[in-house]
Amino acid sequence: MTGKERIARRIAREFKDGFYVNLGIGLPTMIAGYIPAGIDVMFQSENGMLGVGGPPTPEQEDPDLINAGKQTVTEIPGCSFFGSEESFAMIRGGHMDMSILGAMQVDEKGNLANWTIPGKMVKGMGGAMDLVAGARRVIVAMEHQTKEGASRILRQCTLPLTGQSVVHDIVTELCWIHVTPEGLVLTEVAEGLSAADVQARTEARLIVSPELREMTV
Amino acid sequence: MNKVVSSADEAVADIASGSTIMLGGFGLCGIPENLIAALVRRGITGLNTISNNMGVDGFGMGLMLEAGMIASHVGSYVGENRRLEQLVLKGELDLTLIPQGTLAERIRAGGAGIPAFYVPTGLGTVVAEGKETRKIGDRTYVLEHALHADFALIKAWKGDRLGNLVYRKTARNFNPAMATAADLTIAEVEELVEPGELDPDHIVTPGIYVNRILVGEKYLKPIESKFIRAGGAA
Repeated sequence: MTGKERIARRIAREFKDGFYVNLGIGLPTMIAGYIPAGIDVMFQSENGMLGVGGPPTPEQEDPDLINAGKQTVTEIPGCSFFGSEESFAMIRGGHMDMSILGAMQVDEKGNLANWTIPGKMVKGMGGAMDLVAGARRVIVAMEHQTKEGASRILRQCTLPLTGQSVVHDIVTELCWIHVTPEGLVLTEVAEGLSAADVQARTEARLIVSPELREMTV
Repeated sequence: MNKVVSSADEAVADIASGSTIMLGGFGLCGIPENLIAALVRRGITGLNTISNNMGVDGFGMGLMLEAGMIASHVGSYVGENRRLEQLVLKGELDLTLIPQGTLAERIRAGGAGIPAFYVPTGLGTVVAEGKETRKIGDRTYVLEHALHADFALIKAWKGDRLGNLVYRKTARNFNPAMATAADLTIAEVEELVEPGELDPDHIVTPGIYVNRILVGEKYLKPIESKFIRAGGAA
């Protein structure tokens, strides 16, 4: 099992029946493949769709039916379409149970940076700032370190923020971290790892939960 | 009442250089392909565009960019357009990136007679810099202003000569909001139907918002990211 698959499987276990969830582009999109049996989740795509299904067959492919990553998708029975203004009213209005998105950096205050590297990257924030400001629970799903081995969980973000104190939980292939007013609380570690192992790969200070347990996926 | 125009060139004939134009679409989905092509043929310059994206290199608004028609752009995501990134980093194009939901609501407000409104989005980020903030209840909000354009170029699925429009699937996106927020709205549709054929309960954009309607030709509808089910089984 890859690290990304481990992250996707663990987060999928947080879903409750009847949840409305927005999945970000990239790793978070993988989560849709691991929904536990008996749980119905409606996925929202901010370009204007509730009830996003999996990828199409070549025969089902429709250029008018895409997700926010511009990938072709399918409809599930009971899906609906709406304009961008309504899509974001839904997001900003607190109707989404969960928003799961990737990050470049997260810090001890739950600040999130995932949209720009000044002077290097001109892409835009898309809907990320709206999602983190509006969803009831914001979960960051990302690999624990950069390809160069640097921590992505910092004392303080150095890149421009996507949102200030918006992250509720951070899930990596190594651990589950819950963001609290006191700081980052380590609640789960991957099999075979200790809290000290995770701290060694993390710049931010981790508070070890008295109920620390193994992250089962 | 007949708002139908006979060609895309006729539809955009009075759009002058320096105009502010909203263009519907999300990525390449639901973009006014024929109206963009006609604008490029007109060869006007100095345009201020408002659109979620900027097409891709070689299609959609990317064609306008490559023709040197755009002076400034307001959008939320332009990551699919390398040429734009280069122009911005060189300082040759004035790009304003704003959160997608704030963009949509600023357009909606522009069409709805609401000059400004408060949102929680972007508080504590560069988006809120220089903007008025206000604490309402226990949360602080950022004041955002309405957007309005000289022209809106939008794409719908079906329409009638009165300008009533319906959209198809996720090709709706920014089109209905933009239809309301310009001095003059031009809609292109895949199919023109007789008044009364569209179920009045299903009309998304009532004709009052639409000034001109064009039947588009030969839609290419390129797919940006082909994503096919492995093995091809449903």
